[in-house]
Amino acid sequence: MIKRLLSYVKEYKKESILTPLSMIVEVAMEMVVPILMASLVNDGINGNDGTGDMGHIIKIGVFMVLAALVGLGGGIMGGVFGAKASTGFARNLRKGMFDKIQTFSFKNIDKFSTAGLVTRLTTDVNNVQNSYQMILRMGMRIPMTFSIAMIMSFAIKPKLALIYLVAVIILGGILALIISKAMKAFEQAFPKYDELNASVQENVNAIRVVKAYVREEHEKKKFKTASNNIYKIFSAAEKLTTFNGPAMSLTVYACTMLISWFGAKMIVNTGATDLNLGDLTALLQYCMRILISLMLLSMIFIMITMSAASARRICEVLDEEPDITNPENPVMEVKDGSIVFKNVNFRYNKEGKENVLSNININIDSGETIGIIGGTGSAKSTLVNLISRLYDVNDGTVLVGGTDVRDYDLEVLRDEVSVVLQKNVLFSGTIMDNLRWGVRKNRGKEDVPETPREKEEIEAECRRACKLACADEFIEKMPDKYETYIEQGGTNVSGGQKQRLCIARALVKKPKILILDDSTSAVDTATDAKIRKAFAEEIPGTTKLIIAQRISSVMNADRIIVMEDGKINGFGTHEELLKNNEIYRDVYESQTGGNGDFDEGGER
Amino acid sequence: MPGPGMGRGPMPRGMKPTVKNPGKILKRLLKYMVLDNLVLWICVAACIGITVYCMTVKGTLFTKVLLDDYIPGIQAGTKTFGDLGQEILITVCFILVGILASFVQARIMVRITQGFQRKLRDDMFEHMETLPIKYFDTHSHGDIMSMYTNDVDTMRQLISQSIPQFLNSIITIVSVSISMLLLSWQLMLISLVMIGLMLFCTKKISGKSGKYFVKQQKAVGALNGFVEEMMSGQKVVKVFCHEDQNIKDFDKLNDELFDSANNANRFANIIMPINAQLGNFSYVVLAIVGGIMAINGVGGLALGALISYLTFNGQLNMPINQISMQINSIIMALAGGDRIFQLMDEKPEVDEGYVTLVNAKKNADGSVSETEERTGIWAWKHFHKADGTTTYVELKGDVVFDNVDFGYTEEKMVLHNIKLFATPGQKIAFVGSTGAGKTTITNLINRFYDIQDGKIRYDGINVNKIKKADLRRSLGIVLQETHLFTGTVMENIRYGKLDATDEEVKAAAKLANADSFIRRLPEGYNTMLTGDGANLSQGQRQLLAIARAAIADPPVLILDEATSSIDTRTEKLVQEGMDKLMKGRTTFVIAHRLSTVKNSDCIMVLEQGRIIERGTHDDLIEEKGKYYQLYTGNQIAG
Repeated sequence: MIKRLLSYVKEYKKESILTPLSMIVEVAMEMVVPILMASLVNDGINGNDGTGDMGHIIKIGVFMVLAALVGLGGGIMGGVFGAKASTGFARNLRKGMFDKIQTFSFKNIDKFSTAGLVTRLTTDVNNVQNSYQMILRMGMRIPMTFSIAMIMSFAIKPKLALIYLVAVIILGGILALIISKAMKAFEQAFPKYDELNASVQENVNAIRVVKAYVREEHEKKKFKTASNNIYKIFSAAEKLTTFNGPAMSLTVYACTMLISWFGAKMIVNTGATDLNLGDLTALLQYCMRILISLMLLSMIFIMITMSAASARRICEVLDEEPDITNPENPVMEVKDGSIVFKNVNFRYNKEGKENVLSNININIDSGETIGIIGGTGSAKSTLVNLISRLYDVNDGTVLVGGTDVRDYDLEVLRDEVSVVLQKNVLFSGTIMDNLRWGVRKNRGKEDVPETPREKEEIEAECRRACKLACADEFIEKMPDKYETYIEQGGTNVSGGQKQRLCIARALVKKPKILILDDSTSAVDTATDAKIRKAFAEEIPGTTKLIIAQRISSVMNADRIIVMEDGKINGFGTHEELLKNNEIYRDVYESQTGGNGDFDEGGER
Repeated sequence: MPGPGMGRGPMPRGMKPTVKNPGKILKRLLKYMVLDNLVLWICVAACIGITVYCMTVKGTLFTKVLLDDYIPGIQAGTKTFGDLGQEILITVCFILVGILASFVQARIMVRITQGFQRKLRDDMFEHMETLPIKYFDTHSHGDIMSMYTNDVDTMRQLISQSIPQFLNSIITIVSVSISMLLLSWQLMLISLVMIGLMLFCTKKISGKSGKYFVKQQKAVGALNGFVEEMMSGQKVVKVFCHEDQNIKDFDKLNDELFDSANNANRFANIIMPINAQLGNFSYVVLAIVGGIMAINGVGGLALGALISYLTFNGQLNMPINQISMQINSIIMALAGGDRIFQLMDEKPEVDEGYVTLVNAKKNADGSVSETEERTGIWAWKHFHKADGTTTYVELKGDVVFDNVDFGYTEEKMVLHNIKLFATPGQKIAFVGSTGAGKTTITNLINRFYDIQDGKIRYDGINVNKIKKADLRRSLGIVLQETHLFTGTVMENIRYGKLDATDEEVKAAAKLANADSFIRRLPEGYNTMLTGDGANLSQGQRQLLAIARAAIADPPVLILDEATSSIDTRTEKLVQEGMDKLMKGRTTFVIAHRLSTVKNSDCIMVLEQGRIIERGTHDDLIEEKGKYYQLYTGNQIAG
């Protein structure tokens, strides 16, 4: 996992290496200070047999200032490089994920939730960025401090330095124990915290239900129980960490006292030949640094483990293999709009036993209009999604224009097979911006800006599509017409308007096959009829597949497919089905008599 | 029905808003945090004091006496190792006390922090539950959520880190300064100059970094918005082969974020080393000056005292650094606190109603009177202030709208002059285009919103006089958008009547036509639903909502019909379920499909907030007006 992530450091390798190097310089300089200090005390202040050596003091002072300056340089460089390395790493990770997601097939997308992907791209990357910076800047610094201080202590007096070694081992053991216990406790606690927030979210969304049933008190009680649980779990986990500080202090002061005692003995007993005052001061200073670095190490360790979850989630995206990719020698042209399903079986889950679609055999000629009707879960959408290869079949083949869809270049296929999805979205931008999504890419000339004339032509094309989809009537009534700004998710247009814009957007492609997946459900019946009429007159050569709940939307199609439980229950003209197909007759009868869908009547 | 101002694009979250009155908020925040736990906070302050004194001061001064008094003393023979041992023992005692105090402090802090978070969440949630629907319609749910997550978290940081560190820093600074002053006032002057220099540098750099942090927040907001939009539209992106363009747009935002993040981090990163080296520098200066003083015997400074002084000086640098680092997080916390207080200050739903719903029994003379037991008969208990009498009116479900005007905002009226009456058991249907105001009417009967003008009477009583809880309890609502709760199917249906038995739940499910599909679920009635019933189809969720209303058994029903996303066959089930539920109840139906409307006792045709036609199906067909047009759908042909 770490290796996988690190491969995204890329152009920031230089900074990633320079950061710890700079930190080494800073640490080294920091470590020199106690030595110089010892010399200052021993040979300076206590020099000249205790009367002081001014020259030496000045000389050492200059060294110390120089050391501070070099250290400053290292520190600043470390900060600058560290910032660039970590934020650059984050940038590459975000890009890597986003690019990867763009290659995802529908199946891959289904696996992740939208919110999940957003969190991965933002919060999770941020966590990893912070940890990376921490590792670069502190990861080298701390072990360096630790080992230099240790070496120095041993150099001064191995016997006394042994005390540190023992202390470090003991403290390290205690910290490791506390942290591993606390980590476990926290790992169990965090999901509970997410649950609590999920329940708040649920309550906010369903506030009308809560209020309508006067369940405020009930909800409060539920919430209080949950929040009290959180209190208990987190308190227990945090209590474990409260042992950290005291354990640390205890060790530091135990060391100080021991060193003081034995140090004093040594100085006195050997008449300051074996150990002198300056050495003792330096030892005491190193003691502090060694133990503080151990403490910092434990903190970093906590931080890294916490962000490990984030790293794992990022890797999930990076490692997800898109299961639909372009074939090696793709067919670059779709001959016509004919569609053939040959013995098709389909399952969303490869391992799943139950087929969502089973044994589908259909022949659709180019230019035909096909209606598709059937209950929810009868796999209507699944059926049409196979045509533009949004999913791949498990058995059998789907042919478009006589060629297996898996042999086409994906972009070519999807440009010719235009789908208006059931759950459709408009993007923030003007209406024209949204329509332009349908404009085919000028392959090989992506970066050449379009000429005013081309722009004119494209916009005329977009307007024509809107006329076909009966969208121009309401667009023209808007103050800014085609330049009207659509809010994110298309919240400022009504459901019916949104659907018509989505149809227009799909029409701009001028596809050979047009698929409407329940795309006029919010459009009133009259307009729905008008759109279908326009299709029949203006784009007769285009094969049209129309999924609908409303019988009137499919009634006049050339042929109608009746789906039931992933199988084709009937396929024929309106009259044939009315005669032979029970389901069709049922639906027809329940909806006849003006098929009154009042709801969107005024939206024209 | 989303009210005005909803869904207007995402507010970039995590932006650092300017806090208008930081002093006031801080004061209120402290009051809110400290008052309940005053004793604990005093303990914390005391513990910090003890810790600082015992460990920082005593511990450091030990070095001084060791180097100045004991070692030279022993060497000179004026002191013995026994004396040193005694001194060490005393110091150890002090340190043990200090450690104990710091441990106690950490323990208390856990309790304060977690307790405070619990209190904060509970208070927020409790208050939120009392807020009117309007609040939820006018605030983005994402923003409300971010209060529970982000803002509570900034509070946690404030209370668990910033405040104790602040206290610690101040106590340390004061006690260390005093100790330093006592050791040598001359050196103290130098220290002060160095500290001033450090503060100056910190301020300069953090100002720069702050500027970039604001920029970074903006870039984060822009990137989040883009990613959110594209991730939810990812399937459309695929269908239109828009991936390359998407990547291009993303790269631009990504690079902007990188730029600002890099700058912000860079400046934040260099504060520490600069201060650290300034600290080293001050160490050198003090060592030289102190060394000279020690040699020349100026100010009676001995070697041990100098070393202690230098240690103190180092200890002084740390809290100063910390304070400057905490200031940022305190400002963040204030912004969070501001938002939380705004929620807490929202006015709860007003309820001046005094008419309550009570169990009743019928007397021989046909009047009703109150009773303790559950009779299945309910009555409105109406106390008349004027003459001090109490009357009982049987709950029947008679609803009258008298010239009702309503708008979500004062400026824009949505409903005009609505007049209607429904006698018990009648079925009233509303038809009309989206935005005509159908759903709005249902918001008024149960007083999710209050009307601007006119009167609504329920069993002859003005709804404003009825206690909201009782009013709502008497109304069953099936909303257009179904919301289910995390829990089993059983629990979700039981939501309509908390004390319902399993049998009652099953009976209600049967009535609603939900029983058969529930049985087919993997665990039947015990199947867990999560994420608003994400594992069920739209139609199934609707059926559960109907069952939930059925178990409540209310005299008046408001049904906002399911929309077109349900297929015809499931719709039939839903329809049948609704029909069964409607029997014998006053029902208001927001109709989307013809079959629901046809047999209504009265159909109201709404257009732009006015009732333009009313009557039975046959009447209206005869009239050949709007209803006829909608019904036959031949507006265009004509």
